[in-house]
Amino acid sequence: MSSYYGRPVIKEPVWTWQIPTYFFTGGLAGASSVLSLGAKLAGNERLSKSALYVGAAADAVSPMLLIADLGRPERFHHMLRVAKATSPMNVGAWILLVSGGASSTAAALELLGRLKPVKLLAETVAALAGPPLATYTGVLVADTAIPVWHEGRHELPWIFGASAAASAGAAACMFVPPAEAGPARRLAVGAVAAEGALMQGMELRLGTTGEVYRRGAAGKLALAAKALAGGGAALLATRGGKSRRSAALGGAMVCAGELCLRWSVFRAGFQSARDPKYTIGPQRARVERAGRSAG
Amino acid sequence: MTTYEQERVGFFTDTSVCIGCKACEVACKEWNLIPQDGTTWTGESYDNTSELNANTWRHVAFVEQERNGDGLRWLMESDVCKHCTHAACLDVCPTGALFRTEFGTVVVQQDICNGCGYCVPACPFGVLGKREEPKDGRVWKCTLCYDRLKGGHEPACAKACPTNSIQFGPLDELRVRADARLAKLERDGVEGARLYGRDPDDGVGGFGAFFLLLDEPEVYGLPPDPVVSTRHLPQMYRSLAAAAAGIVVGIAAAFVGGRS
Repeated sequence: MSSYYGRPVIKEPVWTWQIPTYFFTGGLAGASSVLSLGAKLAGNERLSKSALYVGAAADAVSPMLLIADLGRPERFHHMLRVAKATSPMNVGAWILLVSGGASSTAAALELLGRLKPVKLLAETVAALAGPPLATYTGVLVADTAIPVWHEGRHELPWIFGASAAASAGAAACMFVPPAEAGPARRLAVGAVAAEGALMQGMELRLGTTGEVYRRGAAGKLALAAKALAGGGAALLATRGGKSRRSAALGGAMVCAGELCLRWSVFRAGFQSARDPKYTIGPQRARVERAGRSAG
Repeated sequence: MTTYEQERVGFFTDTSVCIGCKACEVACKEWNLIPQDGTTWTGESYDNTSELNANTWRHVAFVEQERNGDGLRWLMESDVCKHCTHAACLDVCPTGALFRTEFGTVVVQQDICNGCGYCVPACPFGVLGKREEPKDGRVWKCTLCYDRLKGGHEPACAKACPTNSIQFGPLDELRVRADARLAKLERDGVEGARLYGRDPDDGVGGFGAFFLLLDEPEVYGLPPDPVVSTRHLPQMYRSLAAAAAGIVVGIAAAFVGGRS
């Protein structure tokens, strides 16, 4: 296959470490808000409170990470000068604004122990904004010219959603006594299993495009994600219900695994952009299948 | 004074008459006050700017081809932003800094861009780049000399091109001219000549700046079948909604599961 001095056809992202870290914190925030409200409805106040604080903390860190990555951080508010459905990043900025506003309000009122109805309203808004907050980042990366991201568009929102749910469950396991953390444990274990299956399915479906998940930094991170999340989930499932220490360790391992998973997807995009064969190969195949000429 | 209001304008870059003089690169840099780059030797023929990016808005590609029995062939192509009909950069820009001008071109408003970098991997041609010089951090690309168009002048690169390889004008006119040029080359027995980006039915709805090439696009570092990523955005939003519902169902199941 020919290319121009082996140079990439498309550009690698210019995003730095803050972005994959945000994929993790944003997901954790979104799923934690839902977990918190779920626990409240189930009458599990202890779990609800912990998830609320985790969600609010992750929601507070998220915009800082995003703003720090901007080339012109002082212009961060330009994100909100328009409402633009064709830009997943713009949609996400609005979702994060709503989610962060609601979860921080709810957490502050919880701390102060005041204005119960307002707190409940804030919790409900955060829980509504949570699921899209946890999944839009999958669309954000998929809506680019980067082959491994764009071709993974069917799975990525699901993978990011499962990873978010796993991290929310795992984080709660770290802070809640095992007796009250049952739902969080089940969530973490189930989501890790789901995400593993989804990643495997995506890799298989993507064929050559997906091989970046087995190479270089993305490959190492994918392995680390599987080992940490899988090991953590196993620990939670076996000993998480009995031992507080095991629950904390298992929860931390799952969270670390989910962070690695986001980093793996992130690095895979760079590797996919860098080698022109991933851009040219599938396009050339498409042209030949359709029997037309290029361009 | 010519005005191009309400008529879409663009470039037809005919690589068959490009002589690789780089007058376009220089004129572009001078007019648009672009910082220097391309000052290291790449060893890749006469090409030292290598690619389009924040500081190279016209890039002349040099391809040296060894052809069996025919000796060496030199292909040169002055690449530029395609000013796509369906522009991914414009679609994904979260601030509205990227916009469609009255000339049908795609331009970054530098007082709005906050350097989020989303357009950089969104472009199927790798045109946009983030300028890393101190205190910039914004994204830059060809404006099709928006300021010159406003004044009724043609873009600097087209003005400077000594062989008329870069032609500027209303897009409809350029397409007719390009078709005639391709027909002439075919009559003359030139093999491999083709128009790239002329077809309004391609994956980006046709280019505002299209090309006549003498070989496959990838030989010049161009994608053979570019598709605007936002074409699949409705599908992606459906996946998002389904996955978001999945989270709610999953969390509900975690609570219900414990009771049974």
